Amino acid sequence: MSPLNRFLHRPETLAGAIILGVLFAMALFASLLFPGDPQAIAGPALLPPFHDWSLPLGTDRLGRDVLAELFHGARTSLAVGLAAAAAALLIGAVVGTLAGFAGGVVDEVLMRITDAFQTVPSFLLALAFVSVVGPSLGVVVAAIALGAWTGPARVARAEVLSIRERDYVAGARVIGMHPLEIAFREVLPNALPPVLALSSVIVAAAILTEAALSFLGLGDPNRVTWGGMIAEGRTVLRTAPFLSIVPGIALVLTVLGVYLAGEGVVETAAVRRSLS
Amino acid sequence: MTRALTLIRRRLVGSIFVLLIVIIGTFLLLEAAPGDAVDAYIVSTGGDAGMIELLRHRWGLDQSELTRLANYIWALLHLDLGQSVTFSRPIRDVILERLPTTLLLMVSATALSFGLGSALGIYAGAKPGSLRDRFLSIGSLALYAVPGFWLGLVLIVVFAVDLRWLPIGGIESLASEKTGFARAADIAVHLVLPVSALGFIYFALYLRMMRAGMAEAWRQDFVLAARARGLSRRRVVFAHVARNALLPLITMLGLQSAQMLGGSVVIESVFAVPGLGRLAQEAVASRDTPLLLGIILTSAVLVIAINLAVDIAYAFLDPRVGASEAGA
Repeated sequence: MSPLNRFLHRPETLAGAIILGVLFAMALFASLLFPGDPQAIAGPALLPPFHDWSLPLGTDRLGRDVLAELFHGARTSLAVGLAAAAAALLIGAVVGTLAGFAGGVVDEVLMRITDAFQTVPSFLLALAFVSVVGPSLGVVVAAIALGAWTGPARVARAEVLSIRERDYVAGARVIGMHPLEIAFREVLPNALPPVLALSSVIVAAAILTEAALSFLGLGDPNRVTWGGMIAEGRTVLRTAPFLSIVPGIALVLTVLGVYLAGEGVVETAAVRRSLS
Repeated sequence: MTRALTLIRRRLVGSIFVLLIVIIGTFLLLEAAPGDAVDAYIVSTGGDAGMIELLRHRWGLDQSELTRLANYIWALLHLDLGQSVTFSRPIRDVILERLPTTLLLMVSATALSFGLGSALGIYAGAKPGSLRDRFLSIGSLALYAVPGFWLGLVLIVVFAVDLRWLPIGGIESLASEKTGFARAADIAVHLVLPVSALGFIYFALYLRMMRAGMAEAWRQDFVLAARARGLSRRRVVFAHVARNALLPLITMLGLQSAQMLGGSVVIESVFAVPGLGRLAQEAVASRDTPLLLGIILTSAVLVIAINLAVDIAYAFLDPRVGASEAGA
């Protein structure tokens, strides 16, 4: 069986891949299917779902098209989730490699800083960072990454500690390579697989954190977010609960899709490694 | 006993360094925030340029950054977190007033997620690969994907709006003047929904860890030996497999405390529970950065204390933990 077949063989993984595929399509075609501003008024306010087929999921308190908002929200969720996770993995890999490869005082200081970041609740840190710097997409990404890099850093450090005694590292030293060059060109790439195995958990957590931030009103005000939609719907929770429930279901499916597909990738990689 | 004492001492020294880094971090954020304490004070009381100069000088804000950092740490050593502009009271008093509510919420939610998670984890892990194992493992993953604040809203719609079984928010009935047992019962009723929303998110984590730990333990020789001795399945599961899988969960309990505190911010906002998390949201809404950073420092101290307690408990529970490994 090819790796792709093996990957899609488990029903859970297949479900995850389908969810993610739909989501990416939603994000890609959002502007094509729903051109114009998703925050513009499209019809009467508080239209319930499945009543008017030009507005299949109805409208919110201000008469905005819920389906259009949902599509554009997929874009924000995916963009922020992926960017924040990529930043966290990058920072974590670099810090972990430096700490593990340098050892001594550098290691001690970097690991205490890692401890400090793990001591502060990451959501509170993100909250403080966004409220001090001001909400925009880039700031939200940075705020989430700030609380998420510690896990990758620890894993990278542990991996580097076992790699740095290998023969090819000693060989690189003998031919006179600069220690930083050894650390980042020889050691880091080989320490990456276990770090990357964390990515699905980190992407999922980043999407949930972004949603919680925008739920509290700290998302980018110029973009539609699912968390923001849930907060909007909350004001009419008694009369129109679907306004909060629909974007929440989208969030749950997205995060679940990331978990399921991620588990599949890790297991496929593990099988391949044990075969080779 | 000496082993435990050495461990505690090592941990304490490490914690002081970590706390110092957190303090420097909050100081940097405080400096980065637009405006300083004087600006905030003037906005609330009014005053001219001369008064601003005078206050800046009196509060030491015209000194160098290093001096200000030293002053900040010196004040913190006296448990002085500064003055909250929003509440016109010392930040320490505001935080201490809200802390018990959050602790109650956290302890209850942890008990729920740990108890239910480990129990269902044992149930699933007792028969690895069975239908119930697969079902529970996928079900818990689905629950782990649910945002806590949204679960809270759904619980409100179902149990408070539709069924009217439980109160919609708050920590106790207003102006009910209940005392003693009646008041405790009132608070308990108010806590059911927020504790469920917070606890159910993390319960999946304990379930999955328990399950994974048990799968690992089933492969160990001592389990084989126990089965060969003819012990009942129930005894093997509880006394040998589950017991060994339980230890890592206790470490997780400490690590999760920071996550729980973060999660309580949104849950407290959803249910209007007047705790530390709701205070953090109020601080953000009113741009009271010193108050927000005071909350962060308090949370950090709390997390350090909880982890210290977990480490010590661990050293007593697991005789294999030597002081030398524990210091790493």
